[in-house]
This record gives sequence, structure tokens and C-alpha cells, in this order.
Amino acid sequence: MKTNTHKVMGLKEAMEKYVKDGCHLSIGGFTINRNPMAAVYEIIRQQTKNIHLYAHSNGQGVDELVGAGCVSCLEIAYGGMGKFASTCIRFRKAIEEKKIKVEDYSNYQMTLRFLAGSMGIAFLPTRSSLGTDIIEKWGFPIEFREENSRLPDKKLVVLENPFGTWCDTKRVVLVPAINPDVTIIHVQKADYLGNCRIEGLTFADVEQAKAAKTLIITCEELLDDDYLKNEPDRNQIPFIHAGAVVHLPYGAYPTACYQYYDYDPVYLKEYVKRAKDDTQYRSYIEERILKHQTHSDLLDAIGRRRLEMISADKNRGYAKNLDRR
Amino acid sequence: MNYTLKEMMTLVAAREIRNGDIVFCGTGISMLAAMAAKNINAPESVIFFETGAVDSKLEDLPLAVGDSRIMYRASSNGGLLDAFATMQNRFTGERILGILGAAQIDIYGNLNSTVLGDYHEPSVRFAGSGGACDVASFVSRSIVFMKQEKRKFKIKLDYLTSPGYLDGPDGRENAGLPKGGPHRVITDMGVMGFDDKTKRMFLEGYYPGVTPEDILERMEFEIDISRAGEVLPPTPAELTLLREKCDPDRLIL
Repeated sequence: MKTNTHKVMGLKEAMEKYVKDGCHLSIGGFTINRNPMAAVYEIIRQQTKNIHLYAHSNGQGVDELVGAGCVSCLEIAYGGMGKFASTCIRFRKAIEEKKIKVEDYSNYQMTLRFLAGSMGIAFLPTRSSLGTDIIEKWGFPIEFREENSRLPDKKLVVLENPFGTWCDTKRVVLVPAINPDVTIIHVQKADYLGNCRIEGLTFADVEQAKAAKTLIITCEELLDDDYLKNEPDRNQIPFIHAGAVVHLPYGAYPTACYQYYDYDPVYLKEYVKRAKDDTQYRSYIEERILKHQTHSDLLDAIGRRRLEMISADKNRGYAKNLDRR
Repeated sequence: MNYTLKEMMTLVAAREIRNGDIVFCGTGISMLAAMAAKNINAPESVIFFETGAVDSKLEDLPLAVGDSRIMYRASSNGGLLDAFATMQNRFTGERILGILGAAQIDIYGNLNSTVLGDYHEPSVRFAGSGGACDVASFVSRSIVFMKQEKRKFKIKLDYLTSPGYLDGPDGRENAGLPKGGPHRVITDMGVMGFDDKTKRMFLEGYYPGVTPEDILERMEFEIDISRAGEVLPPTPAELTLLREKCDPDRLIL
């Protein structure tokens, strides 16, 4: 039964409505897995500018948003794509050429920052990074922080343990909460209301989702109301957090989606090669992104054979015999 | 049996892994070392990823720590929050061996994986901490893979991303970090340890065909070489298992 379908919308409409110039955005996934790539490509098509992007290690999606000039500020732990590029190419270029402002944290710190945001609390503590330059060196100038009401005045704060030596802990690092305007995640299964089921590792998607003012879900399968409620134990995000639901098969392509498809090594290798040269990269954006009206146009251009090659084995969740050399 | 330096490095790291260790690994050679240990000398070691998979079967070599291949037949597939909490947890953190890599290392095993040059005007930007700073902050022992080059073994790091012993024996305690710190540095020429008292790096071993002087020439700082001996080359059994079981497509090797 299809009831209450008002959250279901097309990708173009969802991005136009919520992802605006200057918005604070976070995207789900990790390096080359379950990045919401269709949404990333639509943001690039709409030429949205000055995005303040929050990421832990969301490799491919971050690199493409940065490369296309959509991002002005980036708070991040890691810009890499595993074996494909130990440092994301356009991320590296943008920082070296000072095209974006960047603030470095660790992965755990970024995750705690999303968790704090999802809990409605100003900060959370950790013992990570004491004695390092993550504490000493701040990427955003202090005036920039003070002028910008959307940012805390400090990158982080070191605090003596207020409980004395409790838990053998002398001091902790407090990391400030993040509440993005929008978080976009790509999941395996969602329903019309926005209940979500992520299969395999959740990365930090759940914390990112719940920290945002608006959560946009793109999904491989869009299901009727009761399907996911038959097994609530397997669902991570209830519909009350959802702002928009977009049905998008292969919405994480060219990154992987566990149980559905693998990453596409051919695409990612081509990407890395073309990202190294400005002229070639412009032609990449033109040919792979701007030329297409929709994600399914891109998939048509890639062709059925390539998609079959990355199709996941049912009992493994990835493409066992995929040629990754 | 002939072998490559990459195979030597992988196997030297694998030998440091013991049954019962929970092995945190990153991408590339560190993942391969963990797989090698599991297949050769420490079948009861547990492979663990920052993305949240614990005791992955790893039938096929993952190309990133977010690869779906780490999700297959894991004990649990959690998320980043669980994974880092497990390292910060005082009971489980003690049992974790971290494997890291970096662009620069200093004599106390502090690591840089963020920038070359000034942080605000870097000549080269790297990926950044990722989970490395968290791992180096929390776990009891870590192994660091490095290339033996002068520009990588630095008197002063351009940026301190991940803590080793910071400025000496009391460095971690003074900063408020848990005990622990780097245990071995494995390069393409030899192996370094850290002195129990001074926490300074020393040369523990050199590979066949390499001299301690060759290694010193490729470092900006001096280390003690008086304790160094030749490292045992890989055995045919080790090499066969590494090649056939861990990386048959030679994706890393």
C-alpha cells in the first residue's frame, strides 16, 4: 500500500530544493563505497557553488564535488581512494592551489562531531590527537570562524579531566558538533516514508543522517510501507529523520553498493588518469557528467556489459571475479 | 627462491603479528601483511578495520578499507563509531596492533601523513589522518611501513599527524595519551625498533645485501646500529602462501 508518499521526489527536484549555494552539506559512504554519486553528479550539473562540505573519508564523492568547483570549505579526515589514488587528485590540487579552505580532523573526531550533532549536544570528548598538530594547527583563520555564525569559534579544545584521574585519563580533546543543512546518503533499501535499511557496514551514515536538518535518501530499492517494518531489527534510520526519498538504482555508481554491485575499476582508473590534467579533467566533467541529463543516461553510456561485470554475487556482496588489475 | 622487497616487507611485518592480536589495518601492504600473518604464522589473529568490520574472512584482497570485500563473513559489520571506540576502549585497545604508513617519520616514531611544507601553503598535500591519528593515539603497539629515504626520515616533521612517543619517554604521558606507541618501523632496507628507555629509534635488522651504513645514509637523523643483525629472508613456504593465498592477482605485490 502506498500512503504518504510526499517525501518521494526526483533527484533534480530534491537537489534544487535542498542543496543550495553556500549550504552546509555532508555525504555518506567511505572512500570507494556507497558514496551518493548520482546526487553528487546532479549537484555538479546544477553548478551549485560555495558548499561547506563535511567529510570523514568519503573519497570519490568529495573529490568530484571539489574538482567541479562546488566546494569552498572542507572539513575532513582523509581524502583518498584506496589503491586507486592514495591521495584524491582534485582534492590535493585544490588545496595546493589554495582554491578551498580546509580543516583537518581525524576520522574518529569527525564521526564524534556528527554524533554530537545528532544528539543535540555542543561537543564530545576523545583522547585522540593529544600532542599532535591536529590540535596545534588550524586551517580556518580565527577571524573567518568568528565572522561565520555557522562555525564554532574554535577548531577544538583540550580540557583537563574534570573528574581528576578517573579512567586513568589526564585530559581530553573536545570536538565541536556538526549540524549540516543537508546530509545525502545512498542506501540499499528505503520505503516511501523514508525508513532505511543499510546492508553491510554503515560507516558514519547513521550519525551523519541524524545530525542534519534535512536528510536526503537515495536508494537502490524503493519499497512499500510495510516491507521494512516486517524486520525492524535490520533498519537503522526511522522515517522521522527523512526529508526526501529518491529512487535511484545504481545511485552509488561508480562506487560500490554492498550486495548490489562493486566499484567500477575501469571508471575509477579513467577518473584518476583524467583528474591529473586540468584539460582532461574538464573534458571528463563535460563527457561523463554535464552531457547527461540524468544518472540513467550516464549508466546507458557506460553500457550494460560493464554493469554486469560489477554485479554483486548474491552470497558475497561483491563481484567475485571482477578484474581489478 | 627469489623474492621482491615488497614481499620481504610484508612478511617481516607478518612475523610481528601474534595469535590473539587484533590487527588494525589500512589499505595496501598493511592489509596484505595482516592477511599473510593469518595465513602463515598467526591463524588466530583477528583482522579489524576502522570502517567497522571485525574478523573479516578476506577471501579476496580489498583495495580500500571501505571495500565490500571486508564485509564478507565478518563477525560484525558496524561503523566507524564502534571501530574507534574499540580502539579507545581500555580492555580491547590493549590487544590491538596497528599497522600504519606515512610520508615522514621522526626518531620518536611520530608520523606525518598530511602535508609537505607549511600547513597553510603546502608544497604537497596528502590524504590526511584518516584513522591513523586515532590508531596511533589509542592502541598499545603499532608497526609503521616506510620507504627508506632521507626525505622521509626527518629530524623535524613538517606536520605531526599521528603521535609516536612525541618528545621522548614521558611524551605520551605528559600529553595525556594512553600508553603504547610504535613498536617497529619496516622499510625496504631493514627494520627499526624503539629503545625501551629512551624511546628513540634504533636499527634492529637489515635485509640481506644491505649494510647498516646504507640505511643510515638514507636518514636525516642518526640512530644506534650496534644492535643490528641480518633479517632472515622469506622462506619458500612463506612466499608460496603469500603469493597464492593472499594476493594471487598481484594487486599489491
